[in-house]
Amino acid sequence: MEKRVTFGSWTIGILFAVPQLLLIFTFFYWPAGQAVYWSLTLQQPWGGGNIWVGLDNFRSILANADYWNSITASLVFAGISAGLAMFVGLVLAALTDRQLTGSRFYRVVLIWPYGIAAPALAMAFRFILAPEAGFMAVVNQVWPGFWDPGLDGTDAMASIIIAFSWKYVGYNFIFFLAAFQAIPRSLIEAAAMDGSGVVRRFWDIQFPLITPTIFFLLVINITESFQDSFGIVDIMTSGGPANATNLMVYKIYSDGFKGLDYSGAAAQSIILMVLIVVLTIFQFRFIERRVHYR
Amino acid sequence: MASITIRDVKKSYAKMQVVHGVDLDIATGEFVVILGPSGCGKSTLLRMIAGLEDISGGEIAIDGTVVNKLEPRERGCAMVFQNYALYPHMSVAQNIGYSLKVAGVPAAERTQRIQAVARTLELEHLLDRKPMALSGGQRQRVAMGRAMIREPKVFLFDEPLSNLDAKLRVQMRSEIRKLHRRLNATSVFVTHDQVEAMTLADRLVVMNGGRVEQVGTPAQIYSRPASRFVATFVGAPAMNILEGTVELDGLSLLGGSRRLAMARAGLPVGSKVAMGIRPEAARLVTPGTPGALNATVDLVEELGAGRVIYVDLDGAPFSVMTSEAVHPEPGSAVGLKISPEDMHFFSSETGTRLDVFKASVPEPAL
Repeated sequence: MEKRVTFGSWTIGILFAVPQLLLIFTFFYWPAGQAVYWSLTLQQPWGGGNIWVGLDNFRSILANADYWNSITASLVFAGISAGLAMFVGLVLAALTDRQLTGSRFYRVVLIWPYGIAAPALAMAFRFILAPEAGFMAVVNQVWPGFWDPGLDGTDAMASIIIAFSWKYVGYNFIFFLAAFQAIPRSLIEAAAMDGSGVVRRFWDIQFPLITPTIFFLLVINITESFQDSFGIVDIMTSGGPANATNLMVYKIYSDGFKGLDYSGAAAQSIILMVLIVVLTIFQFRFIERRVHYR
Repeated sequence: MASITIRDVKKSYAKMQVVHGVDLDIATGEFVVILGPSGCGKSTLLRMIAGLEDISGGEIAIDGTVVNKLEPRERGCAMVFQNYALYPHMSVAQNIGYSLKVAGVPAAERTQRIQAVARTLELEHLLDRKPMALSGGQRQRVAMGRAMIREPKVFLFDEPLSNLDAKLRVQMRSEIRKLHRRLNATSVFVTHDQVEAMTLADRLVVMNGGRVEQVGTPAQIYSRPASRFVATFVGAPAMNILEGTVELDGLSLLGGSRRLAMARAGLPVGSKVAMGIRPEAARLVTPGTPGALNATVDLVEELGAGRVIYVDLDGAPFSVMTSEAVHPEPGSAVGLKISPEDMHFFSSETGTRLDVFKASVPEPAL
């Protein structure tokens, strides 16, 4: 039987909700409303009034090849980095769950990367993946010109994907491990008695039972890859070379605060918001069907 | 069909030894029940047979093959778990047929065998349901079906009935018994419930503290318990124990207030002995009857078919089970008559049965 507190009077309930509502209004609805308003006007770069332009900002953005390039880059980044971070997190969690030697050590260590701020880890990866020194320099020695994120767009994209995935591996790992450990041991033992080996047990028993977690992490990873990537892009590539890593969230910043196109940036952030909402709805609508809730 | 041989099997975790050298031979087709209080190592022993726990020492052989290093799937055992362990994301049919699917049995044959098992267990109408939508008894049946379909050499049961309500438990108990009679597969059943153990077992193994206390048929265990532990653990209400001291010509009981005349059969004078009497072996008589113990009634528990009368015997609690229609008032005096062949004696130090002692008991004068 679920226990719930019930309030006799309406007002007490509202009063309890007020602090949260105030926070949401101040930090989400108000700025989001402002952005919608700005996206429909032309803002003066140095202040001093604006002109109502309707959907002109959206029209010019969507007619711009640079912007479509940015959307493609964002989708590629989201797909690969979410997939990579989830796959690695899943494998590590599956191994830790099997209580292999050192699993207690991994459990602690793998949580740390998520606690590191994106710009700090981006700085670290800028050094780690630098073409002129360190490991990649050795690779370049063997295959000259193999790796240069400063010149090659694909290499630059790979660098930010690696940095972002590295951070989210730890996050995914914690959730996957919790999901694995929530599966009763006797289920695994029953499958072992039924003749199922380690790999088969994983696919037949464990994997279906953690699908709710996989789905949750998919939504979170995709959403975060659209938003949390800013610090990494800013430090590692600044959107370059040749806009190859100019993700939507970074383009908003560079167009708005460097190019001083406030209205265009506001329109872009509305598009980004709508894109994330649509993607999330899509995931709930089509992927969640394949999830087994217990 | 298979026999199981267990030789000096030990199990220890890090620092704790939980099974101390168990020896046991289980014949082909036999239904053996391992009975013991929780933490006695009975489940651990079962899981070592199944291959779910490593064996720390000794040897387990199934059909003459040592299985110590074999994976569970290579041992030919099927197991029914306490919490059923049904796969929640699979239907009843998929649950039952999973082992066949893993073994690569073609779909047509699989369906046919699932149907056959479902028919014996009366699960045919539930095959498409998920375990969530089943009652406790139905889940239990599915778990049984999952074990049966493989036609295993050995059935292992790990307290499979303890999650069911009392009525269903009795019903499932007789179903398991019937099933065993039909399949005649070697079965090992672990439980802490003595009624379950007594009714199911061909042979009963009583375990305590990681050791086997006694192996025998339920009747043997009941009538000739090998130790004080077995005597008090098997039987409800539990056997009464009266502490005594060996004297030159008999036994002094209850701190010397009662004496029992008998030959002392080689036991040194002054050694401590425990005398056990089953509640159902003591008879109520009118107080003052020659040869009877006088006691005061504390409490009467009505059981319908009979009643348990708790009496006070010079400060020691004692229970009597009777089917006679007697209803003594609490506080009233009663006499207890006990025949010498109903007395069990155990060493107070080691707890082992003292048979020599009993064999030479003459008519006692209490």
